[in-house]
This record gives sequence, structure tokens and C-alpha cells, in this order.
Amino acid sequence: MNTFALLEYSAWGLSILLGLWMLVDMFRTDRSYSEDLLTSSREGEIEDASAVDPPQKRGSR
Amino acid sequence: MTAETSPANGERISLLRVLGPGHVWALGVGIVLVGEYMGWNFAVGKGGAIAALIACWFAGLLYTCVAMIDSEVTSTVAAAGGQYAQAKHIVGPLMAFNVGLYLVFAYTMLEAANAITLGHLVQTVGAMAGFENTNDKPFIVLTIMFLAWLNYRGVYTTLTFSLVITAFAFISICVLFFAVQPWSDVYIQHDQMLTGLPYGWLGVLAALHFGMWFYLGIEGTTQAAEEVRSPARALPLGTMTGIITLLIAATMTWYICSGLMPWEYLGQSVTPLFDAARLTNSTLLMVLLFIGTIFSALASANCCINDASRAWFSMGRDHYLPQVFGAVHPKYRTPYRAIVFLVPVALVFAYFAPLDRVITFSILSGLLEYTFMAFSVILFRKKWPLGSIKRGYVHPFHPLPAVMLLVLCAATYFAVFLGYGTQLIAMMVFYIVASLWFALHRYKYVRRGEQFAMPWPKPVGY
Repeated sequence: MNTFALLEYSAWGLSILLGLWMLVDMFRTDRSYSEDLLTSSREGEIEDASAVDPPQKRGSR
Repeated sequence: MTAETSPANGERISLLRVLGPGHVWALGVGIVLVGEYMGWNFAVGKGGAIAALIACWFAGLLYTCVAMIDSEVTSTVAAAGGQYAQAKHIVGPLMAFNVGLYLVFAYTMLEAANAITLGHLVQTVGAMAGFENTNDKPFIVLTIMFLAWLNYRGVYTTLTFSLVITAFAFISICVLFFAVQPWSDVYIQHDQMLTGLPYGWLGVLAALHFGMWFYLGIEGTTQAAEEVRSPARALPLGTMTGIITLLIAATMTWYICSGLMPWEYLGQSVTPLFDAARLTNSTLLMVLLFIGTIFSALASANCCINDASRAWFSMGRDHYLPQVFGAVHPKYRTPYRAIVFLVPVALVFAYFAPLDRVITFSILSGLLEYTFMAFSVILFRKKWPLGSIKRGYVHPFHPLPAVMLLVLCAATYFAVFLGYGTQLIAMMVFYIVASLWFALHRYKYVRRGEQFAMPWPKPVGY
């Protein structure tokens, strides 16, 4: 195996890792927060006080 | 067992307002600057170097109109989705659905094209280093996955990254411009290289197709509307400085390349600025412009993911698409489902579609969007005249920019038709079918009243 082949395998490996990271985080987030909260964004919330930083509690994750 | 966090007291999650005018500049210029490094020179192949310069000026005029119109409307409609949100408020749901699709396809195709380019560059380096049978696919996939991951993790880091690499790519062009000593004829030989119009004025018209490459994507600045700290200030400032930067970069690029290379070669070059650096015999310039080429493609793909995901997210939020895409990540405050959903779409196009088809689909979607903008701003001024609504920026000479934009769009449609008529028709059929699906099936799910959350007065005449 030459150096470039090693680079190619590393690129595949890193791509799979990044993809898995996003998928795992997405599923964990979806399970930890209610759908109503996740889809609660509204346009035009420039000075809307009800748009807040949600509490960073993530249940029993 | 997982404990679920629910909204309490009407609490909501919104996208994070952390961006400044610099990030808006990076978003606009970052998408486009790759067009200076590669692609614009096919205009030279269509009609010669002079034709490419005329195309550069006309396309520059077209995009200056786009930037001015965008700055005015978006400083008022400060919502993610950019032109989609504008269409929703100013024209109506069917137009908004179409504009949303134009945006998603224009940016996703452009992202795929940038990933293909990066893969090709790495493959070329491998071949130059003596490695046989190198494969570009792993690097294409890595580019898309890494940038999607970056976008998933937060908008501030994503656009700060774009700001740094875009500034590097722009400065590299400036360094090359001064290194070739434009005040002397040591390197630049315009008196020998410029040979008039080899294909006459028809060549000039044909060159318009690729002349757009100098600026295609500057309108993407509007996608940051919901994430900038001060939309009324940051959006017009970022967009207008962005188009000024691109006009300067385009002029310098044309001046350098057309003075160093004969049009027959320049019109086919894959990396014209890098080739110009090679002609100076300076290793430093070669390294600088090679890194600039890589950075410009990376910045463009990065900003495309940002823009396409915001458009997809906005459509999901208003139920133009399934509502699941309207979700915001509670920690990173990004439209995470839209970002993840568009990854396989970009991968399929980058993996299987030929580069020229991908680029043409992107250009055509962009053109449809600009045509809409010309009509949109006329309607905007009619429905909400000056003084009836607070504007962060008022563009001058209305309706001249809108009329000019329409005329230039019509000329560019003809130019595209000359080279890619079948694709133009195929794409129109696609959007008509999508419109029928929306009108006959999807529209019943749309949040009719709730989608208009802006505190605007009623339009004149309603």
C-alpha cells in the first residue's frame, strides 16, 4: 500500500466517523427534547423575548 | 429511559444571532470567489478575452442590481431562507415554494461542483507526486462530510472559518496582481494577447453564460438574515462590500490571465489563476495560488451548505415541506436536520453527475431566482411604498435596477439556451412538475396564517 492509498483510506474512515457523529447526535437530540420544542422556531424573532436559550439539561443521556 | 425536555411557558428555540457584517461578507464572497479561480475563463473560450471582459462587466451590472435589490428587501424581511422568505411575503406561496427549490438546488449543485473540484485537485497532486491510479472519490466525500459536520456544530465557527479562508484566497489574487507588475510589460502582454472578437458579437452573448461565474452566489448573504446581530445594518453592509470585492477580484483576475495567456489556452484552462502563477516562475506564487484555489473551493462548498440548509429549514418551518426539517438544534442552534438531510443529496450529485451538468443546473436555478427578484422588488415597492415600513437600506434609481436585471436575465437565458438548450427545457419541466405537486398536494399542509410572523402593516390595496 503506498502513501496515497493510505490517505484515501483515511479520508473514507474520517468521512464515516463524521457521518456517524452527526447521525448519533441527531438521534440523541431527537430523543432528549420534545418535537414541539425542537420545531418551535418562528421567523421575525429579532426582539422577541420568548425566544430563549433552552435549558441545557439532556435528561439521562 | 430518556427524559424529554418540553417547552415551558411558550419558550422557543431560535437560530443563534451571533454574526456580524464580516461573516455576511464571507458568506457572499466565499461562495463566489472559486469562480475567479476556475470557471469564468470558459467565457474566453466562447468568444475570446475581450468578450469575457464584456461579459464580466454585464454580469457585474446584473449582480450589482441583485445586491442592491437584495439589500433593500432583506434588510426588511430579516428571516432565514432569504429570497424564499421574500417571495412568501411579497408574491405568494407557489412563488415561494419555487424560489425555495431554486435556492436549494442552486446551492447544493454548487456544493457538489466544489467537492468534485477539490477531489480533482487532490487527485492531480497525487498524480504529480508519482502515485498511479489515484482516486478522487474519498476526498469528494470527505469534503462534503467535514463541511456538513462543521455547519452542524454552529454557524459562528462555520462562517469564521469561511471568513479566514476567503480572505486568504482574495489576498492571494491581490498578491499575484501586484507581482505581475501591471504598470509595466514585464509579464503582462495585452498588446499581443488581445485579438479582438474571434466569434463576433454572438461570441459575446455566448460568453455571458460563464461571465456569471464571476459573481454567482453573492445573493446568498440573505440566508444569514436570522443569524446576524443587526440585520438592518449587517446585511446591506456585508452584501454591498461583497459585490465591490468581487468586482475588484473579477477585474484583477481578467487583467492578469488575459495578459499572460493566449485566449485559445485560457479558454480551456482548468485552473487559470494557478496557471498564471506558474507562468511567473515563482514557487512562492505557485504555492500561494494553489492554496488559494483549494481554499476558495472549500469556502464555496462551506457557504453553500449553510445557505441550502437555511432555505430547506425555512420551508420546513412553514410546512411547505415536512415540518421535521424546521427543527433547530437546542445546543448548537443550527437547522441540524436540514443539514443532515442534504448531505446524501449533495453526495449523489457529486458522485454520479458530470461537472458541467451540475454547474449548468446551478446557473439555471440562479437565473430563475434573479428573474423573480426583479418582479419581486417592483411589487415590494408597490405594496409597501417608502415610508410605510422600516427599511435598513433603500436602493437608488428604482425601478431602473429591476428593469436592467430583467433585460440582462433575458440575454443570459438566450446565452444558456445556445449551449444547453435541452437542459434548460428539462429543468423548466422539473419545476413545473414540482409546482403542480405543491399546488395539488402539499399546499393543504402549509401554515397559511402563521407563516406570516413579521410585524408588517397590511400592503397597500388590501
